[in-house]
Formats: sequence, C-alpha cells, structure tokens
Amino acid sequence: MSRYSALGLLRGALNGQKHWQPAWRDPEPKSHYDIIIIGGGGHGLATAYYLAKVHGLRNIAVLEKGWIGGGNTGRNTTIVRSNYRLEPLHNLFEFGLKLWHGMSDELNYNVMFSPRGAMFLGHSDADMVKLAERGDAMRCDGIDADLMTRDEVAKLEPLLDMSRDARFPIQGGLIQRRGGSARHDAVAWGYARGADSFGVDIIQKCEVTGFVRDGNAVVGVETTRGRIGAGRVGICVAGHSGHVAAMAGLKLPVESQTLQAMVTEGVKPMINSVIMSQSLHCYISQSDKGGIVFGGDPDNWPSYAQRGHPMVMEGAVAQGLALVPALSRLRMVRTWSGVTDMSFDGAPIIGETPVPNLYINGGWCYGGFKATPASGWTYAHTLATGKPHPLNAPFSLDRFERGATIDETGSGPMPNSR
Amino acid sequence: MMQITCPHCGPRAQSEFIYERTVDSVVPLDAAPEQAMAALFSRTNPRGVDEEIWRHTYGCRAWLVMTRHRVTNEISATRAVGPEALP
Amino acid sequence: MSGPTRDPKGATISFSFDGKTYKARAGDTLAAALLANGVGLVGRSFKYHRPRGIMTAGIEEPNALVTVGEGGRAEPNTRATDVFVYDGLIARSQNRWPNLSFDVGAVFSLAAPMLGAGFYYKTFFGSAKRWMFYEYFIRKAAGLGNAPTKADPDRFSQRAAFCDVLVVGAGPAGLQAALEQAEAGKRVILVEQDSILGASLIRDPQELDTAWADSAAARIRAAGGRILTRTTASGYWEHDLVTLTQRLAEPGEVPTNGVTQRLWHVRARQVILATGSIERPIAFAHNDRPGVMLSQAARTYVRRFGVLPGKRVVIATNNDDAYKTVQALKEVGAEIVAILDARPQFSAAAAGAESAGLPVWTNAVPSIVTGARHCLSGVTAIVDGQSKNWKADLIAVSGGFTPVVHLHMQAGGTLDWNEAAQAFVAAASRQNVTTIGGAANPDPVFPVTPVSNPKKSFIDFQNDVSLADVDLAWAEGYRSVEHLKRYTTLGMATDQGKLSNMAALGRLAEKQGVSIPEAGLTTFRPPYTPVSMGLIAGAGAKNAGAHVRRLALYDVHAAKNPIWQPLGYWFRPRAYPQGQETLAQAALREAKEVRTGVGMTDVSTLAKFEVSGPDAAAFLELICATTVSKLAVGRGRYTFMLREDGIAFDDGTVWRLDENRYLLTSSTGGADRMATHISYVRQYLCPQLKVSAVNVQEHHAGIAIAGPKAKAVMDALIKADSPRHMSTVPAEIAGVPVIVLAASYSGERAFEVYVEASHAASVWAACEAEVTAQGGSLYGLEAMEFLRIEKGHLVVGGEVDGRMTPMDLALDKMLNKAGGYIGATGLSRPALAEPGRRQLVGLEAIEGDIPEGAMLITHKGGSPHGHVSAAAFKILEGGSVALGQLKDGFSRHGEELIASSPTRGQEARVRVVHPHFYDTAGERYRD
Repeated sequence: MSRYSALGLLRGALNGQKHWQPAWRDPEPKSHYDIIIIGGGGHGLATAYYLAKVHGLRNIAVLEKGWIGGGNTGRNTTIVRSNYRLEPLHNLFEFGLKLWHGMSDELNYNVMFSPRGAMFLGHSDADMVKLAERGDAMRCDGIDADLMTRDEVAKLEPLLDMSRDARFPIQGGLIQRRGGSARHDAVAWGYARGADSFGVDIIQKCEVTGFVRDGNAVVGVETTRGRIGAGRVGICVAGHSGHVAAMAGLKLPVESQTLQAMVTEGVKPMINSVIMSQSLHCYISQSDKGGIVFGGDPDNWPSYAQRGHPMVMEGAVAQGLALVPALSRLRMVRTWSGVTDMSFDGAPIIGETPVPNLYINGGWCYGGFKATPASGWTYAHTLATGKPHPLNAPFSLDRFERGATIDETGSGPMPNSR
Repeated sequence: MMQITCPHCGPRAQSEFIYERTVDSVVPLDAAPEQAMAALFSRTNPRGVDEEIWRHTYGCRAWLVMTRHRVTNEISATRAVGPEALP
Repeated sequence: MSGPTRDPKGATISFSFDGKTYKARAGDTLAAALLANGVGLVGRSFKYHRPRGIMTAGIEEPNALVTVGEGGRAEPNTRATDVFVYDGLIARSQNRWPNLSFDVGAVFSLAAPMLGAGFYYKTFFGSAKRWMFYEYFIRKAAGLGNAPTKADPDRFSQRAAFCDVLVVGAGPAGLQAALEQAEAGKRVILVEQDSILGASLIRDPQELDTAWADSAAARIRAAGGRILTRTTASGYWEHDLVTLTQRLAEPGEVPTNGVTQRLWHVRARQVILATGSIERPIAFAHNDRPGVMLSQAARTYVRRFGVLPGKRVVIATNNDDAYKTVQALKEVGAEIVAILDARPQFSAAAAGAESAGLPVWTNAVPSIVTGARHCLSGVTAIVDGQSKNWKADLIAVSGGFTPVVHLHMQAGGTLDWNEAAQAFVAAASRQNVTTIGGAANPDPVFPVTPVSNPKKSFIDFQNDVSLADVDLAWAEGYRSVEHLKRYTTLGMATDQGKLSNMAALGRLAEKQGVSIPEAGLTTFRPPYTPVSMGLIAGAGAKNAGAHVRRLALYDVHAAKNPIWQPLGYWFRPRAYPQGQETLAQAALREAKEVRTGVGMTDVSTLAKFEVSGPDAAAFLELICATTVSKLAVGRGRYTFMLREDGIAFDDGTVWRLDENRYLLTSSTGGADRMATHISYVRQYLCPQLKVSAVNVQEHHAGIAIAGPKAKAVMDALIKADSPRHMSTVPAEIAGVPVIVLAASYSGERAFEVYVEASHAASVWAACEAEVTAQGGSLYGLEAMEFLRIEKGHLVVGGEVDGRMTPMDLALDKMLNKAGGYIGATGLSRPALAEPGRRQLVGLEAIEGDIPEGAMLITHKGGSPHGHVSAAAFKILEGGSVALGQLKDGFSRHGEELIASSPTRGQEARVRVVHPHFYDTAGERYRD
C-alpha cells in the first residue's frame, strides 16, 4: 500500500499522479474464511479492519452486494456526535467519537472529520431543562456537553432567526464541541484500504443469497459468486437486516423505513456547526463543498424504496427555514434516500443471534454513520471472541423480549411512536 | 407521495393517512405472552408485499388494511376494518 | 469576443453585471444579453477558479453562474441562461476575489498537478483540529455564490391539481401531444420551463415554427387545457404525482403580487414526457474556456436572440445537427473557418456544406484551444492524424445528444441503449408515463475518442473534473460508476452531470473494456433542476409547518396578559404575573393561594373521551390497567394506561357518569396518541364490542377550581352541595349545563368543571366571579407544577417517560388483579422485574436548591444512578423538593446523594424520601 502524504501528491505532480496503486484489491473469493462479514458499508469494513488490527485475524472476507459504501454509508447527513441521554448509548457513541478524532491518522486516509460542534437548539424552558438533563447525563459520564445561552447560539450561528416571536423561538442550546461531521464515503474507503492492507478480501458485486447450515449452525454462505465457507458469519447490512436475517429463518425487531436527505447548491460558508433542535425534526450542516446538507425524520411507514417523498421533504425544509430563513433562496440540488433499520427501541442491535455462528449488527435507525468506528470495534470483538464487548452487551437482540430495551425517546415498540 | 384508496372515501393523497403498524404485529387481546411478544418484537419486514394497517386520520378517521409492495409502492388492495366491516 | 455582437437597436432594458450597466432587449436571457454586450468572461470554476464563459443556452449551463438580485431576494448560483432580463436586474459574478478578471483563487490552477481527483484524502493529516485549520481555507475557497443574509421578502405558494394528461415540454412533440389529448376531451396540463413555447422550433423554424406553436397553444387552451410556462416538472414521485416549480417572477425580481414562485403537486392519470435532449460537449484541452459553446446554443443565440456569439467560428461535431448551426451562423455573416467532423466519411449534410464551399474536414477532432481569460483565439485539431490549427473566436461543438430521461427514471423506469445515438433512451416504467419526440429518438452520432491531453480536457466543467481525474480514479480502484462519481465529484455540481455523465461513462467503459450500458449509470434523483428551498417550504417557512391550537378560552386569558407556555401545539397560561412579578414569584403566589384559599385554572387541553354502551366498562378495562367495572355511578378514580409492552404511557381519571356512560381523561401531551390508541383498540382489536368511544377533547372546555375554599365556591356556583372527592354530578353554572368532577391534581379539595366549549366563557366568568369573591385568583401551569410535585403526582413526559413500568412508579398495587388490560403480558417480561431498574423517589434538599434534570450521583465523578425529573419548593414551608428516578430507589430512602448539574454549575445535597411531601393521608380532600 502506498502511503498517502503531501509529499506523495507532490511527487505525483511530476509524474501525473501515476504512481498511486488501487486503494484495495479486487480478489476472487476463497473457498473458506474464518470470518465473513456480509455488507461492505462503513460498519462492515470497520469491523473487518479491527478484526485484523486489534484481534490479529487475517482470513476475513467482506461480501458486498454492490459497491462498498453504497448503502447508508453514502446516504446519510455525515453527522458525528455522542450526545445521547441514556448511558448505554452515549457510552457506545462516545467510544466511537474518540476513534473519530484519530481516524484520519489511524487509516492514513483523510476522512475530513471536522469537530465543528453539534448543537441542539432549545425553544422553551422545558426544552432547556431537557437539554440540561441530557448534557448533565453526558458530563457525569465524562463526555463534553455545554449549555449555551441565547447570545452564544446567535454568535455561533448568526443566520439563525433569533426573534422572540418566532413559532419556535430559540432560547439556547446544548453543544457538543467535539461533535461535527465527516466525509462519509471516505470512511468506507479508508477502512477498506486499511483492511485490505492486512489481507482482508473485499469482494464487491457478491450478493449473499442464503446460508449454508450444518444442523442449526451456520457454516458458510451461498452467494452470486458461489458457496463460501465460514467459521463465523456477521450480518452487517442495516436497512436490509430483516431481508438477510430471514435467509437464516430469523425475524427481527426491525422495520425498514426510508430516510431522506437533501443538499443545496454550494454557497460560501454560512453554517458553522451542526444544527439540530429539541422540538423540531430537522438537522442542518454545511459540507466542505458549500452545500447545505439537510435531513429530517424518517418517512414513518415501511419502505425499501430508496426514494423520497415530497410531503416529508416539505415538512423538513419548512422547519429548517423557520430556523435559518436565509436558506430561502438557496436551491435544493439533490435529494436521496436510504433504507434504515428502525428498531423497536430506537437503539442498535449488536450481538449473537439464536443461530450458532451467526451474528448481527443492525437496527441503527438513522444514527448509524456516527457509530461506524464503535460499531466496527465492538462487532469485531464480538465476532472474534464470540462474546459481546461491554459496550455492546446492552444492545443484544434478545433485550426486547426480556424487557431490557434502551429507549432514548421513550416512544416504545412501534417505530412510528406508539 | 402515494395515492391511497380509502374504502370509505375513495382515492386520496397519502398525506391524509397515517401508518399504524403491520398486520403481523397486531397483538390479539387473548394472545399468550410468548405470542404477544413475538408479534410485538419480530417482523417479517419483507422486501416485497406486506399487509399494513393505516388510518385515514385526516379524512374519515377509519382504519384500513392495505396490501402494498414495499419496493414499488404498488397498492394491490385496501379493505375496511372495524365494526362496519364485520360480517 | 471583442465588443458588442448585436445591433444595440431595440435594447431598452437596463441591467447591471458586476456593477457595470448594460442594455438588453425584451425576451433576452441574461446570457444572451451579456453576449450581445461582448461580455465573454462570466464566472470562475469551483476548484481551479478557471475563467468561464457561456457554454449553453439552457438549464444545463455549468459555467455562467451568477448571483441575481439583492438583499433577501438575492439568488446565488443562478444560471445566466435561465434568467430573463428585466429592467433593473442586478447580477454579480461569484467565486472570485477581488474581481472576476483578476482572481487570486486562480493560483489553485497552478497547483492543479497536485490537486487531482481525491487529493484531499491523501493529505492534511494530524489531529482533527489541524484538519479544521486547513478546512477553514478550503471551505472559504469552496462554495460558489453567497447566501443572502436577510429574510426573504417574498412569498412562495403551493397548489394542487389533477389532470388526465400532463405533458412535459412544449416543443413540437409536446405541443402536438397536448393538442391531440385536449381536443380528445382530456383534461390537459402542458408545462414548459422556457418563457415561450416551441423549444427546438425557436432555433429551427421549418414547416412548424413558433407561430404554429402559438396557434397550437391557443387551441389547447380553447379545449380547456392549461399551459404553464416558466414551469419545470422537477420531481416525479409515487403514483404519478409530479411536482412543478413555476416562476412567477424572475430571480431577484420584485413579484407583482408578492408571490415569486409556485409549487404544484399534480396527480396525473397519464404523463407524457416530451423533454427533448441535451447536447453533449466534446473533450479536448481547455474545452472549458469562454468561446467554447455548444452548437445548438450558438444557433439559439443567433436565431432567437439575434446575437452573434463569434465572428470566426470553428464547428466541431460528430453528427449532422451541427450543420444547421453552420447555416445559422452563415446567415448572419459569421465566417466558418473550419468544420471538424469526427466521422470518417462525408454525410449528406457534410457533403452539402463542402459543395457550398465550406471547409469541411472529416476524421477531424479538436485537441486544444487557446485564448485569453475572456475569449478564444485559436483551435488545434487532429485531422487524419495530423495537427492543424485555425484562428477563431468561437468553437461550436456537438458531441451528440443525451435524451432527458430524468423524470422517467425518477418514476422508477428503466433505460435502453440506443447504439446509433450512443445514448440511453426511456424503456419500461411501472408508472403511467411515456416518452415521445427527441427524447425518445435522439439523432445518430459517431462516437468520438478524445485525442487531447486528459489533464486539461474537462468533462465536468463546474467541478473541474477532467479525463485525467477519471483515469486516476480508475487506477486507484474507484471503478464502479458511483465510486467514480463520489471520488472525483463528477456530476455533483449544480447541473448534476447533465453535460458530464455520458463523457465519464464513455471513459469508464473504455477503461473497463466494456460497452457503456455495461459500465452502469448513477441514479437520477429529484429535482430535475435545482429548486428554491423557500418554494419547498411554502407557507410553512414562517411557522415551521406547525399550527397553533387555540384554547376555547384564549381571549379570556389573553386579556390578562399571562406568560404563555408552549405545550405541543397548544399555548397555555403559565402564570398571571401581577405588577412587576417574575414568573417564579407569580407562580409561588398563585400556588400559595391554592394551598390557603382558592384558585382556578384552565384545564381544557386534557384529553377526554366519552365511552358509552353496554360494553363500555369492558372496553375501558382494556385501555386502563386499573379496574373500572367496580365504579359506582357518579364515582371516579385515578387510572393509568400501558403500552402493549407493559410500559406506562399515560394516566388520568375515569368517571362513571351513568350506568353505561363513562368519561375518561388523560394527559394533554399524550392526547393525540391516546386518541389513536383508543380508536385502534376499539375499531381494530375489538370491533365486536358494543361501545362507542368518542374523542371529546375540544368539545369540552375544562376549568379546575382548587383550594380549601373550593367547595364553598362550587356550592355557590351550582347552588347545591358539591360532590365529595372523586365523585361527579351533572349541574348548571350560569344557566349552562356542566359536568362537575371532584378531582384533585393539586392536593387540595378541588373540582373540574367541563362545559361545552362554545359556552366556556360565560361559565368561566361565573367561576372567576365566585373565586374572586372568596379572595382567590387564577393560577397557571407553573403553579400547577409546584402543587403536583409537592403532592407527588406524576406527569406524563416527566416521571412517566415511556421507560417506567407501573412497578417502577409504585402503581402496581392499583393494577387490575384480573389482568386482561393491554400491556398485561408485556409486564411479565423478566427484565422488568430485575434489580437495577430506575424507580420513582422523592428528593429533599439538605443543602442547595435541587436543579431540575440534574443527575443523581453518590460521589463527585461518579456515574449517574438516576435523575431529577421535576423540582419545586414546599409551597408554604419553603425548601427545595423534587421527584426523581433512582436505580433501586424504593430501597434507598434515607440515603444522601448529590443532585449534580455540571452544565449549569449547580448541585444540591439531597436525601431520598417518599415521593409525597404534602398531606400524605389525603385529609385535605375531606370536607
């Protein structure tokens, strides 16, 4: 693997950048791997990377139906934060956030993680108490969180509508300064390049069509490129978890829903942080290219369509413009959608399944991107040792029927809030 | 935005309706605990046709069952439920 | 170009560009007017800040992006080819400093050899903070125009429409189709993004011309059809819903009636796409310079606008269509210095041109052009393997045609490959859409292989993506078309690859050694052309799309000028300050009045359901986790409801008004959710029950009267002995029938009066008169919070947070022993009975005031064992008290903890106690 550096680019300036090698190989699948990861998104690739890096395993394959990073890794709004209220969630995401801070160096791939601050706005005294509660929960567990006054919010984001008579007047905020955003594709590519350098086989255009069973146990997978044996198999296909798990006869506490996002034409810097809201359901940031990246709630009905809906989009944009009126004359240039695994408590599922040798990582709802390194790290631990890491132990598949759900919003088992 | 045929009102914009849950997630009132938890916490979630319960919330408020393809959004049937639909 | 290229006669409209005033003719696009005035340099590219001019005459323009308008009306990144000049139009160039001609950013161009595709992934390492340092400059350099900083003064409207046939595109095919459908009696909507009808007829008038277009339009209208110009079909959604964006005013223009754009939601039975095609550029070195123009665009400027875009013109083509441009240019006296035809043989059109004495070269492909910042000076081509060059100020290029299949693809369609045209055309669709005209039948072309230096041969102009970038991405393994796009940023500019995608695909296919259709395609996503955010938001931009629910007694409260509190969509009085009172002072005074005398408050927003019928009690015992059937007529009790998973999700009271008639109340915040739940259970789960469950939340207004003197007030109001605690009677107040419930949230003897909302004001007035007579006054939500916290009553959204079971809330003794309620099975889940769960506790301050929301920790630096869900004061004695959730809290009474709020720098030492601080025996409910 040729190392990336400014010097390398300079050398390339003289040779037409002709010395760069492929970032990852394009191998033929072997007949057997110790561990197969189904799904070449950020999480699957990170899992493979940490399996190799942390656990010293080498005989690993990542099987990707299409092209790596082509699922939700490449379809999110790139927000990175760990500001959750509940302990198991903020502990998991904070572990990830720490990894984000060193990721570019770790991978020798600039993932452009930019800790510009992830800010929740509060619009009432009640909102501010809720934000304080969240911040206090984080601070007591050693995670950065700061309440902001109205003036501090206005100073950070001068284009917010600070008028007192707004429908949702801005009263203050809660900021996690170490949060921010990153370049989503680069995360998949960086982990892929890193995993490949340890000898992990990344096999694209290889769709898993079934599981090979020995009794109840999984001993391999059937794919569009033939049968491949495996010691352990990890499903890592959030959005399509139900579809893949069904091949092993499993039904999951997950409903697939579409989440759409959108981006405007590029403009000069106008949004400095990541803006979210305690009362509204939109989030706004500005990419390094200048586009305002915009997201909202999922569609609230099951879908695998990967297409957006004008009514959901119009709702999210209305909320965003109420916060930042100066967005009015910007133009939305592209919308896209991802299929998300909406789990029945809003938290992910990482751990064993009832099927021996088969593991699952999914249920990320719309919070998966920021978890990429933590998800990979803990899933690698689980796959390598057969036991959960302490950070993902609470996120077991059986927690729903046991009654140990991790329900951040308290909205219960129906993904549409009842 | 889909167009949904309310069994009582005819074709209407999806914005008048709210999705409730899948038919397979209904917990019957007399369900045994295991059956209830299975209905509540596991879904077939097919990448294909499923039966869903929707409500014409911003219309006649009646409930309906919709048979819909999750990828193409083709709605092959809607039917009324509730006391009016009893045999 | 040097100097004006059109006779200034008839140019009466003034506009400015970068501060300089020019004249335009009516009907000019800004691009046409700039060309007419000899302005060649219009913008700078995104990455290398290369000088750019006008390349197209349509919405696909990648280069000539300007900011139009001022203040809150300014529209950055407006395509000069897609704005029609109006008097006073103000346009400014973008992405340059200090000015367009001398742009410091052009140094990036010098560093270009280092800055190939994805260079930023390979450098700027170090800490995240260090990246942010570099990023600061990158962000400043990136982006194009500046966003407005002022509020938008104009409005955006939305409208819905239905039609039998929606025709997109008013060229000859679209007009003809719309005409046939309209005259066959169909309801037709025809949309055209241009300001006039005709499309290709405008540049190529033959047997059909714009006069025919106008007469066709008149017939369509006469047949009842609707024609919308300046309207773009931008999104094709489910079930043949198409969104249209209509410009009522041009960018930056003051709209005549305040509405600048309109968004249409059109549900069509059938959609006909006559969207035409977009001409492709040709890749050669410096093909991005001012003076390089698409062939059809050059023809459009000549024929539609009377502008001569060049005097010495080279034509480069791989098809016959460009010969029409030759003709058009010759008609107005331009000199054709060379026709570079990539095809090895003379076509009929080429032969015709040659026999007319024009210099036609076959097997000829341009390799490089030269020029200055604002103009072109020469063209070099490889002709039969030999390099030849010409002096020229314009090269008009045609690399073939890309059918506009965007809407077809958004609708979920598939594509076929048309080998002769080297283009994708619409194939099957699962929606009711067909494609006709040029979009379905693109002209045949000859595939051109670029012969130039790939580093300077641009394919995505705006994002400065060259053939070399595609090659580098390939070499580095970014080989799927999506990887290519994402690694190089190709197709991600404001034109979304309309000009670039096919060129990139061609290069990719060549690398892979496969055909273009095998190389794959990226997804076509809405919108077709960029859509203003204000238009998407519509009127919702003002209120975040959130309506306000108005209390029946709103006017009564407003007259008292209370502090309002948002609660869902409601606003409720939080306190009624007197004089200079603060919120806290007012709330404490109000609460004291309730504790010592009497107060009244508006509780209209509580959820209310009237449940009646022979099975009413059986139904309520499904909804409520407590017994209901044992209630005597005229009695009520506290109740709570569980989700199917056993978690408490709401609470309230249930009252037996009559043998088979009950009133159920529950929380304000959960009202809509409860209404849905009750309807679901009644309609779906037990349709066979003989019961009616009606949501009467807004049918009844509610007034609560509480305090030691409440009974006296109520006796006077109803002129009878008031019902005892948890009893109800029908009564009359001020001549209006009411229901009086003796229920208490405050901990005092209290009543709730329910009255039909339309009569609420008179009942309120009567109550207020009586309360005032007893020395009492109004209280708001804040006082109510103080009262209920001191009493240890729960609130949904506070203690009942969607995570607590009845056991956790110490409500399990009230559970219906017979079971059968919703949530009973969920409650039996094993982990709900395991130790370590959060349980409801009271907290009493030992030192300091308890901050609401604070964490409960055993020692500094410790992890939280719980939190403070609500904090208040003992109303009469003083002293900070609170309710909280604490791990294994029931067994920890007496323990000292710290209530810590690091974010607010507050903390208190607290003792865990029973969560009732006031009248634990309930003696104050008795008379």
